[in-house]
Amino acid sequence: MATDTAGLVKILEAVAGKISENREFLTELDSAIGDADHGINMSKGFSAVLEKLHSQKIDDCGTILKTVGMTLVSTVGGASGPLYGTAFMKAGQAVAGKSSLDFEDFVTILDQALEGIKYRGKAQRGDKTIIDALEPAVEILRKEKDCTDKKAAMDKALNAAKEGVEYTRSIIAKKGRASYLGERSIGHQDPGATSCYLMLQAAIEKIKEMSGKGC
Amino acid sequence: MKKLINNPEHVVEEMLEGMVAAFPGYVRKLEGFNVIVRADAPIKGKVGLVSGGGSGHEPSHAGFVGKGMLDAGVAGAVFTSPTPDQIFEAVKAVDGGAGVLLIIKNYTGDVMNFEMAGEMAEMEGIKVAKVVVNDDVAVENSTYTTGRRGIAGTVFVHKIAGAKAQAGGTLEEVKTVAEKVIANVRSMGMALTPCVVPAAGKPTFTLAEDEMEIGMGIHGEPGTMRTKIMKADEIVEHLMSKILTDLPYKPGDEVAVMINGLGATPIMEQFIMNNKVNKILKEKGIKVHRTYIGEYMTSLEMAGASITLLKLDEELKNLLDAPADTPAFRQF
Repeated sequence: MATDTAGLVKILEAVAGKISENREFLTELDSAIGDADHGINMSKGFSAVLEKLHSQKIDDCGTILKTVGMTLVSTVGGASGPLYGTAFMKAGQAVAGKSSLDFEDFVTILDQALEGIKYRGKAQRGDKTIIDALEPAVEILRKEKDCTDKKAAMDKALNAAKEGVEYTRSIIAKKGRASYLGERSIGHQDPGATSCYLMLQAAIEKIKEMSGKGC
Repeated sequence: MKKLINNPEHVVEEMLEGMVAAFPGYVRKLEGFNVIVRADAPIKGKVGLVSGGGSGHEPSHAGFVGKGMLDAGVAGAVFTSPTPDQIFEAVKAVDGGAGVLLIIKNYTGDVMNFEMAGEMAEMEGIKVAKVVVNDDVAVENSTYTTGRRGIAGTVFVHKIAGAKAQAGGTLEEVKTVAEKVIANVRSMGMALTPCVVPAAGKPTFTLAEDEMEIGMGIHGEPGTMRTKIMKADEIVEHLMSKILTDLPYKPGDEVAVMINGLGATPIMEQFIMNNKVNKILKEKGIKVHRTYIGEYMTSLEMAGASITLLKLDEELKNLLDAPADTPAFRQF
């Protein structure tokens, strides 16, 4: 499986679509333990991303991802803007100059996105953040980097991310506004971990769909 | 939702334009950015002060832009931190060569966005320093949280650091005095009703008719405790006991008091609160140097209030007493 710049844009369109479909859901989750704007801000950011990607033609996957990152940083605000923005920028740097991406690049992208989020947010697993969904998925993909059944590996990673989201229900938030709730944050799933899972889900579904049987 | 707005997406920009129309002698808006700067910015040789945060806290932050306080206020979306590019524009617009101090409230998003903006400014060769305000005693400063929130006490940081910058302090001196305020300022708030973020269109949480929320942040996020509603005096006693035990006080100490309405609490009720605040301070032999009552750091139309105490020494007293002339804070 491999994708060119047009394919990468299609994947990002799917991600943007998923965020926009879940605008209310994410905002609802955020209103329980945060300040009720996660869905609103993320969908605002991704509409700006789509506008940007459709207004110019970029022949380099790294630049596409960096553009996504910069657009998110300058439109989302809050904590999600710098976190997801840094993630995409860092991912973009890792594949700079490439005109097509393969499975190994996909793993690198997620790996670097995770590093970016950790650097910017100074959080770790168990803090009830994006990392609780992203890190388990990245760990599986790192292990399966050389596997033969890429689709199965991606499904496994996605499943791990989903379990990560579920796990955030059971723990106390240690970062962000939810951390001020202390034990009252238990029982609520983290909006950031959720948006991260949804983005992964959209990307993986799109990649599988585009690669068809020849994966 | 019943609100006097045109379009939820345009509230911030329309608000800022309306503000500039009301105070053209004081402030102007940077074209294309939700940034309000002093009409005479940049001021050569003066340290620039930039603060900001989500909108919905009016008159914070743009209302405090003017002589003796801030040089720029950056307005994010409602309750959402402004983005680094906006903050960066503010820094560039007010840098008069002496550097710029960023005054940040301790919220994860604010800290990250201001940090990114600071990195961008330093790449352009602008000297930048930052302070993070964390005056809210409602939340424990433990490893389980991102530290205490910054709330209404931030206005004292604006005032005192602003006076120091106006008097010609260096970036290092202005930062040092801002940190002294942060070390000595404590606040805590409570809410009787939630608020409605225009873009969301519904209350951020619900409270029964006979309930109140203690230890609220200023973003409509739930507080730390929910109880049956109490009398004003009991509420003040509760808030003051948390505030007063957080710093050592001895008889003869002097403080500045701020009773800050969150948007829908009448001045009448704020005076009633202040009455009790004064009685408590008198009993403890703590002298009130100045009192500020009104709306400084609001939370849209939330009913409720916060109490802030700033423990003073001679330096802080002199800087607090210095004149300031801004749309929302005037002292002569």
